[in-house]
Amino acid sequence: MTDTLVRRPYTPKVAVERLRQGDVGAWPVVAGLVAIAIVFSTLNDRFLSPENLTNLVLQMAATGTIALGIIMVLLLGEIDLSAGSVSGLCATIMTIVHVKQGWNPLLAIVLALAVGAAIGLLHGVMLTKLRMPSFVVTLAGLMGWLGLLLYLLRQGGTINLPFTGFISKLSDTWLPGWPAWAVAAGLVAVSAGASLVARRLRLAAGLPVTPLWWLLAKAGGLAVLLAAAVLVMSADRGVPLLLIIFGTLVVLLDLMLRHTAFGRHVYAVGGNAEAARRAGINVTRIRILAFMLASTLAAAGGILAASRLSAVNQGSGGSDILLMAIATAVIGGTSLFGGRGRAYDALLGVLVIQAITNGMYLLSVDSSVRFMVTAGVLALAVAIDSLARRGVAR
Amino acid sequence: MLSATGISKRYGAVQALDGARLDLSPGEVVALMGDNGAGKSTLVKTISGVVTPDEGTITVDGSPVRIANPHDAQALGVSTVYQDLALCENLDVVANLFLGTERRRWSLLRHLAMERATRELLAQLDVRIRDIRVPVAMLSGGQRQSVAIARALIGEPRLVILDEPTAALGVEQTAQVLALIGRLRERGLAVLVISHNLADVRAVSDRVVVLRLGRNAGEFRTATASQEEIVAAITGAGE
Repeated sequence: MTDTLVRRPYTPKVAVERLRQGDVGAWPVVAGLVAIAIVFSTLNDRFLSPENLTNLVLQMAATGTIALGIIMVLLLGEIDLSAGSVSGLCATIMTIVHVKQGWNPLLAIVLALAVGAAIGLLHGVMLTKLRMPSFVVTLAGLMGWLGLLLYLLRQGGTINLPFTGFISKLSDTWLPGWPAWAVAAGLVAVSAGASLVARRLRLAAGLPVTPLWWLLAKAGGLAVLLAAAVLVMSADRGVPLLLIIFGTLVVLLDLMLRHTAFGRHVYAVGGNAEAARRAGINVTRIRILAFMLASTLAAAGGILAASRLSAVNQGSGGSDILLMAIATAVIGGTSLFGGRGRAYDALLGVLVIQAITNGMYLLSVDSSVRFMVTAGVLALAVAIDSLARRGVAR
Repeated sequence: MLSATGISKRYGAVQALDGARLDLSPGEVVALMGDNGAGKSTLVKTISGVVTPDEGTITVDGSPVRIANPHDAQALGVSTVYQDLALCENLDVVANLFLGTERRRWSLLRHLAMERATRELLAQLDVRIRDIRVPVAMLSGGQRQSVAIARALIGEPRLVILDEPTAALGVEQTAQVLALIGRLRERGLAVLVISHNLADVRAVSDRVVVLRLGRNAGEFRTATASQEEIVAAITGAGE
């Protein structure tokens, strides 16, 4: 019936065509990362040291996890401004029930995540049933949940977590040499194996396939990247558990978005909500679930941040963490206009954001300059997003 | 296969339909024509379940049915392609075809099964799309119309309704879509096309039904009717 044609991977011509159509892919971000690494390592030779790179990874986890949640709502074409406050509030609730009420730490974490989910449910219901714009709902959330956090903390203002307790240990546990190598090898084997099996099934079904050398090159690239990461981090304290947690969340969310009907429907609602509704998709349900997921991930990010600080205080989830999380998602390549983005954007974006922040700290640059540079990068990312969108509309 | 008789619908002071009648049979392309406000859209909406008529009966295979919402219509084998196509431009052809009816196993999408079914369906309809895994935003207008029509066939319908399928297309793409409508007839489907374009209607339909001011104003065999007769029925020049 059909000849088995080979789908070309990213030839320059296709790349230019896709670029004009708005699918810019991950290349601008990767190029940006390389540029950042070159600039900061020439300015300060400690930037690429194992110790600093490990610190960078530790700093990534909380913001990156919150950004994962932001990506969920951005895919719908909505926004969540409350993520920072929700992360702080949930971390505070966890700390209070653990430290003051003596709850088991795991139970406290589960409670914090459940509170996050409940907050997301409330946001989602206000959005879909009361037809309030998500901007206003979550702006109210930004202030309201911050208020509740301050109310809960009013005596003292700071609650410390036990330094050697389970929660603090989350960010102070390190995988030594061989388990880290086993994890890396397992990841490469599973991903290469999965793509080879998929290729074989496609061949058997008479569907177009990507050439074998491209799959092998991708697997090789992943292996080199992971090996370099393990090598660098093993030279310091080892691979941090925080990175494993964040990485697992990214992979799980990516699988959910690409391989479940829910993920497909999230893209559909973000692309054309009316078409999704006419196709029989329960748009209200999708929106509420996405907001629940966003707030739950914000709570998870707050827990990781509290674990790293071994405390919660009035600044938890405050200051620039929300803006950093949104910037992370957008810089990573998720569109602000809905329907375009991947879970891996959180990983890429947070690498860029934290590399800039970390590098500026190393150079002892004033935070005023740091804000301005980050703003510049964000503006650039949004400009690319908008131009790409115009390219599609053309 | 499906027939609607005595359909009336009133919107406030406006009598949109006044005892309109429509018969559709398998393997026949019927064109529904009429001036703006003649009631074409309202009549089609009563069949596709978007609008509930005030009076009138709809029968499928001779037995009366109730079509209260689009879901009822789909269950009866009525599939509608709206003028705005209702495609998600950020999704690829496969995802659009199976939108809302994804095939899955253990709640995981069956990408291969869906892609294969898409290729087979597009090949049967002779729709040529170079890569069906690119977003629909990258396709031409005619290709998008073809994708929307192909999607209407996913649920194995018996009647396909097309609302102004060629309105936004160029000459070559119009020819492609008209050929596609011909292949729907060959598959033994009942096809109802709403159109303003007499040339297209004459090229593709077997029968023309004209509405005027909510009433049936004429019915012609396309092969034997002259253009003047049809235009006269639409404008009411003969009255």
